[in-house]
Amino acid sequence: MTDYAGTPILEAPLAEGAKDQHMVLNMGPQHPSTHGVLRLVLEIDGEIVVRLYPEIGYLHTGIEKTCEAKFYQQVVPMTDRIDYLSPMVNNLCYCLAVERLLDLEIPDKAQWMRVLLAELTRLNSHLVWLGTHAMDIGALTVFLYTFREREDILRIFEHVAGQRMMTSYFRIGGLSMEPPLDFFDRVQAFIKMFPEKIDEYSNLLTGNPIFVDRLKDVGYLTAEDAIALGVTGPPLRASGVDFDLRRDRPYSSYEKFQFKVPTSTVGDTWARYEVRLVEMRESVKIIQQALDGMPEGPIKADAPKIVLPDREKMKTQMEALIHHFKIVTEGFAVPAGEVYQSVESPRGQMGYYVVSDGTAKPYRVHMRNPSFATLQALETMCKGRLLADVVAVIGSIDIVLGEIDR
Amino acid sequence: MTSVALKTTLADRAAVLEGVPDHPALKAFLAWNPNALLDAKLDRGELTLTVAREIITEAAATVQAAGYNFLEDLTAVDWFPSTPRFQLSYQILSHSYKDYIRLRVLLDGEDPTVESIVPIWPSANYYEREVFDLFGIRFEGHPNLRRIMMPDDWKGHPLRKDYPVEGYR
Repeated sequence: MTDYAGTPILEAPLAEGAKDQHMVLNMGPQHPSTHGVLRLVLEIDGEIVVRLYPEIGYLHTGIEKTCEAKFYQQVVPMTDRIDYLSPMVNNLCYCLAVERLLDLEIPDKAQWMRVLLAELTRLNSHLVWLGTHAMDIGALTVFLYTFREREDILRIFEHVAGQRMMTSYFRIGGLSMEPPLDFFDRVQAFIKMFPEKIDEYSNLLTGNPIFVDRLKDVGYLTAEDAIALGVTGPPLRASGVDFDLRRDRPYSSYEKFQFKVPTSTVGDTWARYEVRLVEMRESVKIIQQALDGMPEGPIKADAPKIVLPDREKMKTQMEALIHHFKIVTEGFAVPAGEVYQSVESPRGQMGYYVVSDGTAKPYRVHMRNPSFATLQALETMCKGRLLADVVAVIGSIDIVLGEIDR
Repeated sequence: MTSVALKTTLADRAAVLEGVPDHPALKAFLAWNPNALLDAKLDRGELTLTVAREIITEAAATVQAAGYNFLEDLTAVDWFPSTPRFQLSYQILSHSYKDYIRLRVLLDGEDPTVESIVPIWPSANYYEREVFDLFGIRFEGHPNLRRIMMPDDWKGHPLRKDYPVEGYR
């Protein structure tokens, strides 16, 4: 394996003898193809990347520290803002962790709704990835098409949660409210139309010689390097490791769904593109199964001291009003313990490590975010290759700086 | 793991050794050095092995050889003002067993130093930098131990419990 994120390039002088031809180039933090505020310092020999050093932290807002000052239920909106392209998956991961600490049983309908919306979130996130990735390479049209479909998904989110991006729809103990009456029809209409849109993107890109040339044989990552550097999700599967938490450690009743986990053994940027494209088709299948088999029943756990009561009950029942008042003003105590809950986010394995000391506020919340670890593999993928390939590789690992810096 | 229901809690070393004797990581651990395991706990389906600060690299190498091949997460918890003050939690995943274990190291508040596990898992690089930045725990042998989130000239370590959260700095 090649060198990994050693000494910063600006501090270590260039090697003797290399001085006359090596050059240090700064890329970012304000650079459109770094997908946020990522700064890369590159040492280049002509057009060849010799070393690459990522500088992060420009978006650090101390979310982990903020969580310690909030009640458990108040942390949910913070999680939206970590990976802002897949808010529902963040909600899900945090809620599952706290529900395990509380030992809560979640009703079937809430679990299936969570699967349905998590997969819609995956489509949402992959559409942004595909559009921006293609745009970085120079294929602008795809961006307009993917954002057209993404808009449909965001409208569905707005319809169900009242918010387009920062949904906070999953709550500890279930969902925040019943899905609206025509919600399932709208989702059905969307996924009926969506597979041919994937064909459309594929027609635009898969046979496009410029796109193929920019992606094939670029940014190789072997399975050993991927595991050593903590890479997860589509980049890991594109390197030949067949591991997906949805199938291998199912959560929120994923075990009841049939789907394939696409893999590739090539490990280059093109393989990552193909894996994600197939993943989108599989997500559509999961959503269809969720729609067909959606169970009836409540959407919140039967735990009046943890889950907020319905508005109707609050107006008619004294008990419900008291519970509402207590939850909002004092929160609810969570038994002491520590839990690490991981889910498969669109970018890889996301984990929430929640430590409770028995009070109503989390003692420590730590987020393990896939982009943070995947970024470490960037140097290995780019070393010895052309500078222009760096842009293609960044696009293919699909990082979100919000979850790297937190 | 399947032999023990997810709901049972095995609170200490003896109970874990009796309850899940066939656990691959536990077996490898005992075969390597039975005294290395200071404490163990099985809670909510998660196995936590507490090891001494001095032997964390060997312990990590042992579980890696036992099939727990992927370091998923590394973070710290500040238990100020109790002692020992810091707890390091290493979440390790096995792709073949599809299972997690957690290695736990307890550190003093006075001079929190521990050996770096970057030689075993290079992915620990950023995680150890993050813990150093936000908790002030030093990792010996780390190739590039410098702040990662906060600016280089920042004073203090924000995720410590005694770090002021209001008022002027």
